[in-house]
Amino acid sequence: MNTAGAKHNILVKIVSRGPLNLIILLICAAWLIPSFGLFVSSFRPAHLILSTGWWKAFKSPFAFTLENYSKVLSTANMGRSFINSLLISIPATVMPILIAAFAAYAFAWMHFPGRDFLFLLVVGLLVVPIQMTLIPVLMLFNKLHLTGTFLGIWIAHTGYGLPFAVYLLRNFIGELPEEMFESAHLDGASHYTVFFKLVLPTSVPALSSLAIFQFMWVWNDLLVALIFLGGNPSVAPMPLTISNLVNSYGGGWEYLTSAAFISMLLPIVIFFSLQKYFVRGILAGSVKG
Amino acid sequence: MGAVVGVPAVLIAYVRLGEGLIGKIKGKKQLNVRPWLWLFPAFILLIVFLIYPVVNTFILSFKNASSSSFVGLKNYIFIFTNHDMLIALKNNLLWLVFVTLLTITLGLLIAVLTDRIKYEAVAKAFIFLPMAISAVAAGVIWKFMYEFKPKGTEQIGTVNAFFTAVVPNFEPKAWLFNPPINTYALMIVYIWMWTGFCMVILSAGLKGIPNSLLEAARIDGANEWKIFWKIIIPTMSSTIIVVATTMVINVLKVFDIVYVMTNGTLGTEVIANRMYKEMFNFHDFGKASAIAVVLLLAIIPVMLVNIKRFGQRRG
Repeated sequence: MNTAGAKHNILVKIVSRGPLNLIILLICAAWLIPSFGLFVSSFRPAHLILSTGWWKAFKSPFAFTLENYSKVLSTANMGRSFINSLLISIPATVMPILIAAFAAYAFAWMHFPGRDFLFLLVVGLLVVPIQMTLIPVLMLFNKLHLTGTFLGIWIAHTGYGLPFAVYLLRNFIGELPEEMFESAHLDGASHYTVFFKLVLPTSVPALSSLAIFQFMWVWNDLLVALIFLGGNPSVAPMPLTISNLVNSYGGGWEYLTSAAFISMLLPIVIFFSLQKYFVRGILAGSVKG
Repeated sequence: MGAVVGVPAVLIAYVRLGEGLIGKIKGKKQLNVRPWLWLFPAFILLIVFLIYPVVNTFILSFKNASSSSFVGLKNYIFIFTNHDMLIALKNNLLWLVFVTLLTITLGLLIAVLTDRIKYEAVAKAFIFLPMAISAVAAGVIWKFMYEFKPKGTEQIGTVNAFFTAVVPNFEPKAWLFNPPINTYALMIVYIWMWTGFCMVILSAGLKGIPNSLLEAARIDGANEWKIFWKIIIPTMSSTIIVVATTMVINVLKVFDIVYVMTNGTLGTEVIANRMYKEMFNFHDFGKASAIAVVLLLAIIPVMLVNIKRFGQRRG
């Protein structure tokens, strides 16, 4: 009875601030319904998806099935693509961050001629839209037989991710306390030790935001995969496979709904479990070119 | 799966070996060489993927389809005279105006409204969620929303079903096939994806306004409407500019949603999708490069404002 009473009180509060809550609830509903409709549909039999609205799924006779998922995983290359997406995204997240951290360390704590100019150059590269680079890189990749390979797309994503990663990490690593470095060097620690034992561990906040941002960016990327992996289905990540499905099964909603949800699974889990870092990464990433 | 471990191992081994070698160099020379060891991997990649391609694309934009001879400004003249290109340019302009205005207005509205409720975090998470989804998945979601069946048959697309139920005698529409409505239908997808982004940044800015300022205004008898326009908007102007410039750049480059949902047919073409077509469908590297240069030239001024603001915000 008590909990029911408490619930009642909350209800009264919500109603008393009626208009405001109503507007917010309507906006939230409008934002959720598109994904929710697709989610429900992905568990409905194909003939029902095509003949009745997804909201009818909640009226009897209830007809839910996992068949769409098993079909799309086995016949539409989605199982392979899920693995490919992982194989592409993980190295394409680790590589730019590690390489950027090397450079950021040099920019922040070493003295060399042209340091400020070179850092400015890196920041300047933030303005370059990926489109500006596609043709020359594709020509180069064709010559080196890197098109359609994992190695090719890893280094492509690494190159494109670097300006922002260097910029962000340079600012973070530059603000670490100077005494930390002085005492380490006095103790005879090498740069190698300082970097891996001091710089990386203390930069975890910046590294994790950057990692989530880069991972999501690569995971959801279509353009880079389309250009550099183009015609090779055996290495295609999920966005590429789904966009091909859209073209070949215009109305095959049983494939498209389940495929789209498989691709959304990991980002949604990351989103709900690491929302704080995700938001921070997105905020910091707002200047990425 | 070996690469997941192998790639960082190679990079770590590179630094370890390099440092070992540098350690053998005596005296001051060591200090001169060391920075380049740490910078080398980043700079080789920046040169290959950004610096060299920008210069090369710029040169290619003055060459013919197969890059074998110079054609002067022909590719640029094409961009500003060809019928399909003009449609793409016009659409990008429409996108720029509508999407930027609507994402910021909606984002600000939601930030201000949710600031007054207890379940703020939950409500904001729902709005922000589409940010985590790929544009391709969003394209599938909204193609399903816009699904069209002729009048009289049951509508399975949410949008047509909703209007059929609410508006008497509503004629169901093929939202993605009827110009000019289809371009706006695509913009709605983008707005759905990016409003959460604007909301998050604007909400952070909103929380930064000191409460004492708002309380003082309330004591002086200002109503909420006045507070919004006279205090909230002016104090947040720099945050709003950051969001606006970011959105302008994103919108200029819009590609995935258009590629997946209509592929630029029926009057929905945009610049980035057109560039892809010139590159892969028509194999005209000259025109595709010129389009990329135009995109870069449009982005540079906006980006400079953004970086400057971003730097100030950090500083």
